[in-house]
Amino acid sequence: MLYPLSYGGFQLVGTDFPREFMPRLLWVVKGNQHIKNIEGFNIDKRDIIRDLFRKKRILKRSAMEKVYSSLTNEGPISVTVKDGKVTRVQPLIMDEKDFKPWTIEAGGKKYSPPLKANLAPFVHAERTRLYSADRIKYPMKRVDFDPNGERNPQNRGKSGYVRISWDEALDIVSSEIKRIRSTYGGSAISGMTSSHHNWGIVGYKMGPFPRFMDMLEYTPVFDNPDSWEGWHWGATHAWGFFWRLGMPEQYDLLEDSLKNAEMIVFWSNDPDTTRAIYCGQDSVIWRQWLKEKGVKMVFLDPYFNYTAAHMDGSWFPINPDSNAAIALSIAYTWIEEGTYDKDYVENRTVGFDEFKKYVLGEEDGQPKTPEWASEESGIPARKIRSLAREWAAKNTVLAAGTRGGEGGACRTAFGTEWARTMVLLQAMQGLGKAGNTIWGTAMGAPADTSFYVPGYADLDTRMAITRAARTKITNPTQQRLYRLTLPDAILNSHDHWMGSGFCGQSLEQQFQEFTYPAEGCSEIKMFYRYGGSFIGTMSDTNKWVKMYQSPKLEFVVNQDCWYCSETNFADIILPACTSLERDDWGEWGAAGGYSNHGNNGCNYRIIVRQQKAIEPLWESKPDYEILTLLADRLGMKDLYTDGGRTDLDWCKAYYEISDLPKIMSWEEFDKKGYIVISPGDDYKPTPALRWFAEGRPCDTPDSMNPKRGKENANELSTYSGKIEFASESLRKNTPDDTERPIVPHYIESWEGHKSAIREKYPLMIISPHPRFTFHTQYDKHTDWLNEIPGHRIMKDDYAWWPVRINPIDAAERGIYSNDIVKLYNDRGTVLGIAVLTERVPPGTVHSYGSAANYDPLEPGKAGSVDKGGCINLLTSSTMMSKNVPGMTPNSCLIEIGKWEG
Amino acid sequence: MARYGMIIDINKCNGCYNCFLACKDEFTGNDYPPYSVAQQNDGRPFMKMTEKEMGKCPQVKVDYIAQPCLQCQDATCVKMATDGEVYRRPDGIVIIDPEKAKGKREIVNYCPHRVITWNEAQNVAQKCTFCAHLLDNGAKEPRCVEACPSGALMFGDLDDPNSEISKSLKAAPTEELNPLYNLNPSVLYRNLPGKLIAGEVLFEDKQDACAEGVKITLKAGSIEETTTTDFLGEFELKNLAADLAGTITIEYDGYKSQTIDIKTDTDKYLGEVMLACK
Repeated sequence: MLYPLSYGGFQLVGTDFPREFMPRLLWVVKGNQHIKNIEGFNIDKRDIIRDLFRKKRILKRSAMEKVYSSLTNEGPISVTVKDGKVTRVQPLIMDEKDFKPWTIEAGGKKYSPPLKANLAPFVHAERTRLYSADRIKYPMKRVDFDPNGERNPQNRGKSGYVRISWDEALDIVSSEIKRIRSTYGGSAISGMTSSHHNWGIVGYKMGPFPRFMDMLEYTPVFDNPDSWEGWHWGATHAWGFFWRLGMPEQYDLLEDSLKNAEMIVFWSNDPDTTRAIYCGQDSVIWRQWLKEKGVKMVFLDPYFNYTAAHMDGSWFPINPDSNAAIALSIAYTWIEEGTYDKDYVENRTVGFDEFKKYVLGEEDGQPKTPEWASEESGIPARKIRSLAREWAAKNTVLAAGTRGGEGGACRTAFGTEWARTMVLLQAMQGLGKAGNTIWGTAMGAPADTSFYVPGYADLDTRMAITRAARTKITNPTQQRLYRLTLPDAILNSHDHWMGSGFCGQSLEQQFQEFTYPAEGCSEIKMFYRYGGSFIGTMSDTNKWVKMYQSPKLEFVVNQDCWYCSETNFADIILPACTSLERDDWGEWGAAGGYSNHGNNGCNYRIIVRQQKAIEPLWESKPDYEILTLLADRLGMKDLYTDGGRTDLDWCKAYYEISDLPKIMSWEEFDKKGYIVISPGDDYKPTPALRWFAEGRPCDTPDSMNPKRGKENANELSTYSGKIEFASESLRKNTPDDTERPIVPHYIESWEGHKSAIREKYPLMIISPHPRFTFHTQYDKHTDWLNEIPGHRIMKDDYAWWPVRINPIDAAERGIYSNDIVKLYNDRGTVLGIAVLTERVPPGTVHSYGSAANYDPLEPGKAGSVDKGGCINLLTSSTMMSKNVPGMTPNSCLIEIGKWEG
Repeated sequence: MARYGMIIDINKCNGCYNCFLACKDEFTGNDYPPYSVAQQNDGRPFMKMTEKEMGKCPQVKVDYIAQPCLQCQDATCVKMATDGEVYRRPDGIVIIDPEKAKGKREIVNYCPHRVITWNEAQNVAQKCTFCAHLLDNGAKEPRCVEACPSGALMFGDLDDPNSEISKSLKAAPTEELNPLYNLNPSVLYRNLPGKLIAGEVLFEDKQDACAEGVKITLKAGSIEETTTTDFLGEFELKNLAADLAGTITIEYDGYKSQTIDIKTDTDKYLGEVMLACK
């Protein structure tokens, strides 16, 4: 659309004159800097410009315009800036010549992706997020916080703020750091980030912040694997893949499915909404192809989700707590009818006989028949049986989560069991054979994986320890906290749990025990919060309100771009700028680390120079600059900045350790703005797990597979090297655990369709990941989204969070469409707007998690009614099971009534 | 001279609202003289979105209808304009002149499709321009089409026989959003939602499995449509006209046929229909 040009090292931009006069007012721009008015240029350059205009590749504009390249969580963009203001954000403009699209041949047709980047919806609204009224504009101090006198921690969340200078803010924060470190030691400081705030390998949350905090020898907080809990804590014990945190490789499964799939079972999976996390909407067209090809689509989900609607699929509206029951009854049908891959089960798996005993009821007297599963799930037995038969008769792909794993079903009570049964079901059909795969339908495009570009989660871009740093910083503090139980740890001065957060190094990490406070370490006195999402994303989140008001936290800082749910609990608030206001670069969809080659959810590998488009707004600053200023006051600037590096220096340093200099220099990249990498003509697909199914050494590019290239490369990384119907790792480490038993079981939810408390709270609510915001990022700060009824609905000048309820349940409660309703249980009360829909069955309510707007009617009061839609105030913080510290937001009972307030 | 048109395929739309948001990004706060003035931040969007839910749990259908200005070739807004405040360009794009249309609130009512909006701040009527300001400067498509991930929006030159849209028009039929208006729109549709008849068939003697392959026949006047139940025993007849009156016949060898009277004035969900043995 808008075609910025690189020509002879210059980039040309528009002007306000008719074409014939245009050269007179053209500006020539080099890099980010205007260097010369065109008048006075010699004739050759004018010729170049006329030539370009003949190609109609530049736009007339009414004033000075420049177009910058950038990259978001959900796709690459071009950012138009006019008079210092961003006026347009659109998919990255790329020269068609830079694309070499792959072609997949299947069923006599050729499939190639379009020559463009398909963004997630909210990215188109990036401009309103940038200029949002919710931006933190200035450093702020809570009015009743006096570091030298009364601190009034009990008023956090209640009191107002006063604007202060950067100098004053930095003085307070740095002197508090000094005081707390000298009084209690570095371990008394803790801090943590939110996820997904801005893309970019320099400025991402794993860059400047941990380098600074490690320098202070702080107490890190483990993240729980929140979006894929059951896969992390469960599926790993069936098929290994701990280096992918329990989810499988997805290489080349698009091609395999186009060629071989006859049916796809989407189980707790809405890839149109969750987009393989970071891959925008590039995979939408793949599913469109599969639909047009006539592949059957079936959806097991309590909600008739967006993908189901788009694919016109058959829907199984299951009870949210019954997923494992249905899976077991499918296994029962296959065992009874002999329709499973016996050869595969014998040679590629262990423990099937133990599993079979349980399924047939020899262990507990209850055969896991479709009739039994029907009682649990609300699905007629005939449909479960027909699904099982169709699945066995056809080449069936199991899409159990957007990345092969994930899905709301893995965030339920005993969610490990569902994830394990997913692996085992497909093992019974020859997991890895053509058309019989576990594929989320959102990754696995052909891609050149030989070309190395670090992602944000790679060790290479962790600013503290990257090989690009001259001075690495390691943190000697052994104490840890756990995100889900952080409020309890602070309030009770004690915590104990098993599992080191993201257990990506070994299965054994899941059994490592932690105690807080750790020996020789201090309790937390200072909390440095970077971001502020958790009231909308964690569990039973009124606890966070209580934590923040505890006098045990002597000092709380919040650094962020926007006012979020936790911001107003800080003593000092520091304004950070967005990635459009600083320099960075990165690759689309490529997080690296535990989601190695995650970019194959995109049609092309696209690496983008994130050019600083505008100066930081108001008094905001880049995170790196804020932390540099603090380090300076602490006498640690040289250490922190690795000898005086700017963020642009870090950009270049990371560039140099990638393979990109083989293609172009940093200077060229800086100018051109992007690089597209396509697979070569000699590309040879290596479908995921085909090697395992065929007993060959691993031939996929999964470079983190510890057995790859070794003698036992044909094995999985379970204890037996095979798929484990009876888990050897669980047998060894937690042999007596009845809540994550050796053979996966269906275990009734402590808060589900059979719970006694259902008399008081009869409705099961699911709160899956949202469609029109990236968790809390974009909601609240992006007002155009409030016009999308699937996101928020305006009533009385307020943007309410939709609550989807079946008309039968609504009628029983006298609720009509667009009524304001209260959702409540013993943990809290949240307001939303009623949407009456057949997309949820009676008894189940759907309302997305991750609202950013925590808007308590009584600010600062834990348990206050929230107007903003933070469903997570209602969800239980009971862990998945006694040895599994996973969250369970989709096991939640509530009642709904009209709000008369 | 190009003549621009668009085809919107409802079956391909996944309801992502990319078109809606890209449109807001292009026009909100941005003046494009002489094409259009800046849209208000909270103004009514140019891309009108309608969501339609049909059926009943568990047989639900959802469609999304994106509706830009349909750029009618016999546009009422052009005909009703008195002073050239609305005009049709040779390339088919209908433009509301932001200068001449100042203060003329009545223009909003010229359009039976209701896509003209009133800009309170600028005191002017406005609507979708097919991003004419971009097309005139070399862009190949409007922002909404650029943003569409599924190919549901197709844009191009109707006069160029080699354009994608011309080929598509030849290959398959299209429909008008409101054919009764008779305005010859340049924006055409495929698979617009009509009325839905859906249900599930059960065999009385075999209720532990689903009734696959049962023949379903809709007869209404001269119209006859047939389908069969799928592996879950479910059937649906989609996109039906709203004025059908007739019968649904459900047949399977060895079972007594059933005939049900049906009208398509609303969507009809028949629920579970039991076939008895002969």
